[in-house]
This record gives sequence, C-alpha cells and structure tokens, in this order.
Amino acid sequence: MIDIAIKKSIAGFELQAEFTVPATGVTAIFGRSGAGKTSLVNSIAGLVRPDAGHIRIDDRVFFDHEAGINLPIEARGVGYVFQDSRLFPHLSVRGNLTYGRRRTRRPLRITDDAVIEVLGLAALLARKPHHLSGGERQRVALGRALLAQPRLLLLDEPLASLDAPRKAEVLPYIERLVEEFKLPALYVSHAIDELTRLADHVVIINDGLTVACGSLTEIMSKPEYAPLIGRFEAGAVLECTVHAHDPSFQMTNLAFADGYLQVPLIDLPPGTPIRARLRARDVAISLSNPNELSITNRLFGTVQSMTVREATYVDVAIALGHTTVRALITRESASRLKLAAGVKVWALIKAVALDSRAVGFNRRIRADDISVT
Amino acid sequence: MMSTPIEIEALRLSLQVASLSTLLSLPFAMAIAWLLSRRQFPGKLILDALVHAPLVLPPVVIGYLLLITLGTRAPLGHWLKETLGIQLIFTTGGAVLAAAVMSFPLMVRAIRLALDAVDRGLEVTARTLGATRLDVFLTVTVPLMLPGIFSGCLLAFAAGLGEFGATMIFASNIAGETRTLPLAIYTATQTPDGDLAALRLVGLAMLLALVALLLAAWIEGRMLGWLGRR
Repeated sequence: MIDIAIKKSIAGFELQAEFTVPATGVTAIFGRSGAGKTSLVNSIAGLVRPDAGHIRIDDRVFFDHEAGINLPIEARGVGYVFQDSRLFPHLSVRGNLTYGRRRTRRPLRITDDAVIEVLGLAALLARKPHHLSGGERQRVALGRALLAQPRLLLLDEPLASLDAPRKAEVLPYIERLVEEFKLPALYVSHAIDELTRLADHVVIINDGLTVACGSLTEIMSKPEYAPLIGRFEAGAVLECTVHAHDPSFQMTNLAFADGYLQVPLIDLPPGTPIRARLRARDVAISLSNPNELSITNRLFGTVQSMTVREATYVDVAIALGHTTVRALITRESASRLKLAAGVKVWALIKAVALDSRAVGFNRRIRADDISVT
Repeated sequence: MMSTPIEIEALRLSLQVASLSTLLSLPFAMAIAWLLSRRQFPGKLILDALVHAPLVLPPVVIGYLLLITLGTRAPLGHWLKETLGIQLIFTTGGAVLAAAVMSFPLMVRAIRLALDAVDRGLEVTARTLGATRLDVFLTVTVPLMLPGIFSGCLLAFAAGLGEFGATMIFASNIAGETRTLPLAIYTATQTPDGDLAALRLVGLAMLLALVALLLAAWIEGRMLGWLGRR
C-alpha cells in the first residue's frame, strides 16, 4: 500500500494530499500544472519535508510527523526520474547507469543487462550525456533509476520536455519497463493519453488537494471528474482484448465486458489486452437502434446520470452492464430526446474516432488488467 | 639566454613557494568557499570581508600583520617555535605562508563561483540514487567544480609567483631561502651593474608566465570538454 496523508505550505501554496493506492502497477498523479503534483512527489522522495502527516510505502515509514520520522533521501530507495533527465555530465552513460547500483544495499534484482536490453542502451554506453538526444537521455535516466533497485519509481512528467516524436519514442520504453520489472510507480502527468496507456490507478490533484483516487476505469467513467480532465479529452476507458481481425476491410474487433467494438486495424494478435478510451464527445445517443446509419459501434444501455457542463452540454453516463460509457451531447439534444436517468438508449461511436491517437492502446500484457471491469 | 645559478635558484624557489602555497590554501579555500556559497550563518559577511582583506589591503600591511602575529617575539610565533620547532620568519615556510595568504581570496572567489554554478538538481538526484551527502560532494560536486578549482589554483599559483610585498616584510629577502623571482629582480635593480641580471630575470619571469598560461588553457579546455560544456 502506498499510504499518504500530508500537509505542506510552500510560499503561500497549500498542499493537502491524502490517498492510498496499492503498491503495485502504475498510479498516475494527474492534475494541471501548478496543482502540486511535483511537491507531492518531492515529499515522497524526501526532497521536501511535509509540515504534518505521514508517508508509508508498504511496511516502510518514510515520514511520520507525530513519530518524528523523516528518512533521509538516500535511505528511501525511490527511483526518481525528473522532467529534465539530470544525467551526470562528467560520467559516461555506463557511469550514470551504475551510479545508484553501486551504492544500493538492496538485492540486485534488476540487472545491468536487463535494463540495457529493455531500454535499448547497448549502443550508448560509452557516450557522454551531452552526445545524446533528449529521448536517449531520458531512457538513460530511467535505466539509472531502475538499477538503484528502488522499491518505488517516481516519474515526474518524464516526457514533458520532449517534442512529440521523442515522446512517441520513449513512451513504449516506459510501458516495457513497467511490464518487465514489475515495480510500483507513481507517474506524474497532465497528458491524458499517457495516463490511459500507463496507469492502473489515478490520483487527481487540483489546487493542492487530492480530489479523487481510484482505478483508471472507475475515475474515467465518472462525469464529475471531467472538468479536471478536460472537456475534449474526458471519456470512459474500457479494458478490452483483441478479438478478431477483418483483413479485407482492415478492421479489428475488440471484445470487452459488455460487447464488442469495431476499430481501425490494430496489428496485435487476438487475445492481447488493450485499452480503449471513448472520448465522451465522440459518443452520440439514439433512442432506437437506427438502421440506415454508418456507425457500427452501437452499445445498448441505461442512462445512469446526467451532468450539465458549461450550461450548453450534458455529460450522460450510460451503464452497459459491467461498464459505463459517457456521451457529451448538447442540453438541447438531451431535452429533445427527453433523456433522464433510467431511459434505455443506444450509445453510438464512430470507429474512425477510435484511431490510435484518440484511443490509448495499452499494449501491456498483464493478467490483472484483464480482470478489471 | 644564459642562466646563472642565481637565476636558477630564484626560479626554483618561486616555483616551490607558489606550488606549496597553492596546495596549502586549497583545502581551506574549499572549506571557506563551501561556507560562503552554501551556508547561512551569523558573521558570514565578516568572514567574507576577512577573506577578501588581502585583496584590498596593501601587501606590506599583510606582511606586517603576519610579522606581529607569527614573528618569534609574538606569542603565537613564539609558541610555534618553542613547541613545534617551526620558525616562519626568514624561512621558505614564511614565504609560502605570505604567498598563501595573499593569493587566498583569489582562490576562494574562483572556487566559490564554481560551487555556485553547480546544479543542485544533480546533487539531489545523486542522493535519490543512494549517495550520502559526503559521497555526493566527492563524486558529483567536486568533479563538476573541477574547472573552477583548477582556475582558482592557477590564479593562486600566479599570484604566488608574483608575491612581493608581504614576503619582503614577513619572510625577508634571503638568497636561497626567500628570494623568489620578484625579490631577485628587486635585488638586482638595487645592485650596481645589476641591470643585465634584472633583465634576464624579467625574461625568465615572462617565459614562465607564457608557459603557465598555455598549459592552463590546454588543461581547462580538456576539463570543459570532459564536462560537455564546450
């Protein structure tokens, strides 16, 4: 368990963070810039000393104000990857990678070879940091943190300082290392697509306050968090598996707990777990199952709740059975259809909206992903 | 240029005094620079002023202050001689100390600037990787400061080579003992028909400066390249 309850005021800013999440998988710390994400992570790493409260990781107490415990940074065993890679300029890539490993007293569970392999660093070992690209630097920083054999990985917007192509280059490496080394990780981000691909759990932080905490699918299915996530990006996340491919039309069929989704071809073998993020604004509502319509994805369900958004829109949560999807429609449409909780509807999603950019394809193969509904 | 034993003697003594004074100053300069750069404490301003005093006071004044504290008739100097057998006045040791005191502010300034420029983020990162404060200092801070430490040493060495006033007053002008290049030049100019000797010594001093500067530029370039700052 990652158990955190802290208070800290920094130059007029009040951070009040309180949450518990399992110490397995990836927990995303999500919020706007200036929300207090970095202060929270710095407190966990020991860079910032909270004014009150406690920080516990499993049976390890990092900080306890009452008990007067404040473990020094080097005794906490957290692998911290910063936005700027912070490689040591006087050491080679190899020297950087092994810096933490040479100092740890924990068993060497993660080997140099495994890290070099997973992060693709073999060709870079002899180089100095200033001869690396931004993406390469960040990969080395990830490897260095891993080799220190941390109990917990802290990733503070590790992609934020990279341009889009570099982001796309590094993200799969993060996915691979999370899968490969099975380390609990806190991933700070304000990018919803990174969150969809990586996170198992989400903690939302707003103006220094932790306002929500839960599994990714749970948080994403709730309309009340949409303002924090962003009107255009908010939407339900469905845990799916690749069901079948249709090579003639270049389409893929995804299976999830309440049915199937047709999406543009995904080049992964059947059975591969995948996450599909259905942005609420890409979902339409019909009271009947329309016949002469191009949209193939039609999910039957019951209106669960309706949340008015910015006076013009309504965020409609539709319960399908095990899962919930959301549709963002205008208030005018909702009134015309006489939508209310309990009304039976069809949620319509264009397959085109589920392209690889709008959908966070989670390529991790993990047993616990499949069981989540 | 022909060199006579007197010139060789002065050159050897100058190099000896300058390098010993630099080595002697270095640990203290590191400690003071660290205090001034990283610590807040009452009296910091006074310490800063004290360190810089040799830069603003006439060297003769520094020499005189050394004389009245460390001369054999002063309590401290007397104690040094009686219990440790160390006599500073009229000895090479005295010349080393005079050069060290005079060049100290230059060294502290260079090292302090280097320490100020060290990215604290890198130090914090090293600690998250399991390094203790001392470990971080030795394996991250000092390597990153190396160009600054080097230029501080170079400045101190150069100032040591040229030190005149304080040495003259405190260590006196004794051939083979405290007569470094500048003192030898002074002595030559005070000697009838010493013009040629003075000129040769001046030439030697200029040659030394040129070699030292070229060497320093080369070493500094290598260091900056090593740190990726060039």
